[in-house]
Amino acid sequence: MIWLGIDTANTPLSVAIVKDGVLMMEENTALAVNHSLSAMPAIENLLNKVGMTPADIDRIAVSEGPGSYTGVRIGVTIAKTLAWTLEKPLVGISSLKVLASNVLFFDGIICPLVDARRGNVYAAGYQFDKSGLVSVFEDGHYSLDELIARLTEQEKPVLFVGKDTALHEQALLEQLGHRATFAPLQFNLPRASSLIHAAEHSAREAEVHTFVPEYRRMAEAETNWLKAQGKEPGRG
Amino acid sequence: MTKDIYIVGIETSCDETAASVVRNGNEIISNVVASQIISQKRFGGVVPEIASRHHVEQITLVIEEALISAGLKPKELDAVAVTEGPGLVGALLIGVNAAKAFAFANGLPIIGVHHIAGHIYANELMQPMAFPLLALIVSGGHTELVLMEEHGSFKLIGETRDDAAGEAYDKVARVLGLPYPGGPQIDRLAAESDGVVDFPRAWLESDSYDFSFSGLKSSVINYKHNLEQRGEKVNPHHVAAGFQVSVVEVLTTKAVKAAREYGVKQVIAAGGVAANSGLRASLEEAFGKEEIPFYVPPIALCTDNAAMIAAAGSAMYVDGVRGTLAMNGKPGMPLDSWK
Repeated sequence: MIWLGIDTANTPLSVAIVKDGVLMMEENTALAVNHSLSAMPAIENLLNKVGMTPADIDRIAVSEGPGSYTGVRIGVTIAKTLAWTLEKPLVGISSLKVLASNVLFFDGIICPLVDARRGNVYAAGYQFDKSGLVSVFEDGHYSLDELIARLTEQEKPVLFVGKDTALHEQALLEQLGHRATFAPLQFNLPRASSLIHAAEHSAREAEVHTFVPEYRRMAEAETNWLKAQGKEPGRG
Repeated sequence: MTKDIYIVGIETSCDETAASVVRNGNEIISNVVASQIISQKRFGGVVPEIASRHHVEQITLVIEEALISAGLKPKELDAVAVTEGPGLVGALLIGVNAAKAFAFANGLPIIGVHHIAGHIYANELMQPMAFPLLALIVSGGHTELVLMEEHGSFKLIGETRDDAAGEAYDKVARVLGLPYPGGPQIDRLAAESDGVVDFPRAWLESDSYDFSFSGLKSSVINYKHNLEQRGEKVNPHHVAAGFQVSVVEVLTTKAVKAAREYGVKQVIAAGGVAANSGLRASLEEAFGKEEIPFYVPPIALCTDNAAMIAAAGSAMYVDGVRGTLAMNGKPGMPLDSWK
């Protein structure tokens, strides 16, 4: 079983090939590369290095968001096009779960976090048990205050993971005190191998044609339009 | 007998998700367009983020449909042609990345096509192009006069300095309270009208082939304001007719002047506004008098489509033009010659 994993949900880019449960090769970068330009050459390079062709891929895993709208769409578009034309199954995994999968064995709440500007974050709460990562509160677009309120409710130690946690470290420490800990640097980038690991344990195989990113947020125009219609906007 | 060449074209530069298979650069085998017009109508125009979201939903379905109705498998194709630019960046990169992934998975070359080259090559699907050729491109995003001396050679001789013609149509339609998209509405009102409001023509400098439509748009707005302040009612038919006749007269006059100066053998119109009946009639009449063959593709090939991208991609393929997997969407891509 050969997996190709693709994560372009935020600034970092990660692609990996896992063969029969063994990571063959992974490429990670946190440089602000242009995913539209770099993602396909990275995949081509990966396959060349491991001596495989596209037809050798058995399954494709992709980070489905939330994150940068454009970034998520690039990964999802590449993944669904490859899955469709190669006629191979596709599995979408939350981009936050990918980050949480970097720090599986923490005893408490694992809180992956991506900055969403203007005091907002994309975040989720997970807990690790023998079955894997269990959701404590769902992936969402939260204000930092909302997130802190949710974490305070849990009364457990919290491990923040993701490179953007640095932006909010002070506020989180002020509010959560000694319960807040922060993952060291080597765990803070999304890794396509973590993505593939999560995908291998997911029962969710995507319907390729209708597969779309999990934006977790409506487009602004849509929110405004719904408000103008007197309807309550949802969470996209 | 030489082998047939099959190119799949992919177009996502604005609000249509489209794919098409073209044989030998001039024969449409399949042509699929998924329009977002019903969704975008709510916003009175194309919202880029909404457009990008719809493209991701549609892209593989549309390509698959184009292949199924062509009765071809991916490996039977010779190349993948995709709109590289110009257009909405978020929209472009859905087509570009789908095209790259599809090309890579099937070992096919990829070719990046300029959207305007596509609009011009829509004509190759109707009759062979004859050079030198003058192309008038008029759409929601473009107003350009392009001279072609041979296949793959483009010389921009005039362009809009502000609004595109189609943009002006949509804005004026909004002023008149007409639904989006405004072009066809104004065209209809103008055709039915029994009177014309006199609006100015923007000729710019006498030696220039450039266009400007923002002044005309302001004139329409001012005219409406003045009438409303005097408590008079605006006749939308008369305004539409006056606006249309001003746009059409400038486009026609400049196209005729350029055709004469460059001694062209053929004139073609392309782009969404080329579907406008008033503009078609005016150009047909003018070039009839000039005795220069004038062509405009059927409406389905005037508006955004992927057959035109496949047609231009076919000409590029024959000339050996190839892109790489590092291709990116180029929102401001210049119309460079490939020859």
